[in-house]
Amino acid sequence: MPTQELLSPKLQERIKELMASYPKPQSAILMALHLIQEELGWVPEPAQAQVAELFGMPPQDVTTLVSFYYMYHRKPVGRYVLKVCKSISCYLCGSQNVIDHLEKKLDIKMGETTADGQFSLVGSECLAACTGAPCLQVNDRFYENCSQERLDELLSRLRGGDSHFPPANVSWQPPKES
Amino acid sequence: MPHPQEKRILFGWRDIKDIGSLKVYREKGGYDAWLKLLKEKQPAEVIELTKASGLRGRGGAGFPTGMKWSFVPNNLGKPKYLCVNCDESEPGTCKDREIVEHIPHQLLEGIGIACYAVGIQKAFIYIRGEMYEGYLSLKKAIEEAYAAGLFGKKIGGSDFECDIVLHRGAGAYICGEESALLSSLEGERGFPRLKPPFPAVSGLYACPTVINNVETLATLPPIFRMGVEEYAKLGTDKSKGTRMVSLSGHVNNPSNFEIELGKVNFKQLIEDFGGGMRHGKKCKAIIPGGASAPWLTMEQHGEVTLDFEAIAAARSMAGSGAIVVMDEDTCAVGAALNLVEFFHEESCGKCSPCREGTQWLTQILHRIEHGQGKMEDLKLLDEICESMLGKTFCPLGDSATVPVSSSMRYFRDEYEHHIKEKCCKVGPGAKKTAGV
Ligand SMILES: Cc1cc2nc3c(=O)[nH]c(=O)nc-3n(C[C@H](O)[C@H](O)[C@H](O)COP(=O)(O)O)c2cc1C
Ligand code: SF4
Ligand code: FES
Repeated sequence: MPTQELLSPKLQERIKELMASYPKPQSAILMALHLIQEELGWVPEPAQAQVAELFGMPPQDVTTLVSFYYMYHRKPVGRYVLKVCKSISCYLCGSQNVIDHLEKKLDIKMGETTADGQFSLVGSECLAACTGAPCLQVNDRFYENCSQERLDELLSRLRGGDSHFPPANVSWQPPKES
Repeated sequence: MPHPQEKRILFGWRDIKDIGSLKVYREKGGYDAWLKLLKEKQPAEVIELTKASGLRGRGGAGFPTGMKWSFVPNNLGKPKYLCVNCDESEPGTCKDREIVEHIPHQLLEGIGIACYAVGIQKAFIYIRGEMYEGYLSLKKAIEEAYAAGLFGKKIGGSDFECDIVLHRGAGAYICGEESALLSSLEGERGFPRLKPPFPAVSGLYACPTVINNVETLATLPPIFRMGVEEYAKLGTDKSKGTRMVSLSGHVNNPSNFEIELGKVNFKQLIEDFGGGMRHGKKCKAIIPGGASAPWLTMEQHGEVTLDFEAIAAARSMAGSGAIVVMDEDTCAVGAALNLVEFFHEESCGKCSPCREGTQWLTQILHRIEHGQGKMEDLKLLDEICESMLGKTFCPLGDSATVPVSSSMRYFRDEYEHHIKEKCCKVGPGAKKTAGV
């Protein structure tokens, strides 16, 4: 595929705007890579080359960044990336059970994607949701207190096409009644 | 609902419906403290007042905030910057996320106060990439604040101007270290930098820079609302005010709590706030300040109060305020291995004592944990820790030795048991050789 088609003109415009918001344009590179991943689902090499050109950076410098920062996917991933926290609070509360259960239910190992392209399973360090241990992220959303029942619910909701599950939890929503 | 024994200053407004919106925040009187300072006080007075409040950094090191600001020179003829550290990735810590998701305007007001005090016209919020909801919450809050004339030029009718740029990280614990954060914000890999020069003189883009934690900044508006003298009455002589603690692990009610410094001990925290230990088990060990803090034990340290000095006197540190609780069934070797693996995974690889040291520590703990350790390994662990301490480029390397040295300090018998009996001394792992 010719590289021009990878980054849409609109995306290129957004990236140029971002570059202008910093005293030094290169500061915008992480944000630019996030935008690319949002649009393409991962950061393919031709896209790295094209963004390098926009920033006037050698392509290998962008590649180095993409591998330094864990969040960028260097290969295609499933529609839902399940990122399971393995750090201390989650470890103490059974993150290994979460991993075992998901591996069994999805019939894949950590680091793999299901054949239908729906789920990828990856490990993560602390996700800053330690009081909800064991926890995971479904793409960008948090899912906490992952008992087997809650994991089963998650998988059945996502398989059933409920792509808004788990619900976002942002501040302008009313606080939980208690 | 706040816990009845909490002392809510920072979180005073946390549970107000829609407090994340500018409308409700303003109705409550939000931004008034800052706008009043703009009208009535000189920047230097704001620095003095912040010093008088006794506020100390909540990011890990506990450095006095007002003093940090006073180190920024005014005469370099360069722009000055504020970098807000919202990289929160220290295992066990999850209070900054609650702040940005729920009270984003309080953080923005705190940023305004800091910028006015130091004469800064541009602030960058470095938010870790995984905190997408927090990012959206802040993005919306910033848009609202700009639309209301609270950022930009001529703020509140004064001559003061200030801009905010929201910046997402992309996953790397090391970027929470302040100099690595600067490298990352400049579009490089997150490698720590040599100090001196210190960021106060030469930080972002080689300009004078203040780096503050989210909680530190979000505490400023309530401090100025209630008055610095009132705030300084809270806490102890050297640890003033309140702070957030993230209580996690084997307790019934893991949660973020705001406590008055020096007024609650670990026993009370676990029993009264945490609802006691899960399944009625006994508490074995406590990590009192995030993964980088040396372990304590309930037996010896239950009465230690939560403040910077008391925890330091117990040979640990208050760090990020994350308190991780382990019950009696936890294998000390397994938990130490988990922590060391974290540091190994997150070592940026720039210097060899840390890059290789974390690798060795992981390998040795791994073989002890899996019944293949030798007695000499214990000495080897000591030696590796020794060879890393104080010899790494940034504090991460020191931190990596902490779980090993502190767990060996209190639970050496478990290491020995693992080596001799090839199984855990406690918990489910102990059953493996039952009857042998
Ligand atoms: C490896 C490492 C990771 C750190 N991570 C964070 C972090 O995620 N958030 C934070 O505020 N401070 C973190 N710090 C501390 C910062 O370097 C810095 O001291 C702090 O942001 C200063 O803000 P304060 O004075 O308001 O506490 C980290 C330090 C080290 C050595
Ligand atoms: S101590 Fe570790 S994290 Fe710090 S610079 Fe060296 S390798 Fe990087
Ligand atoms: S340890 Fe799992 S979210 Fe922090």
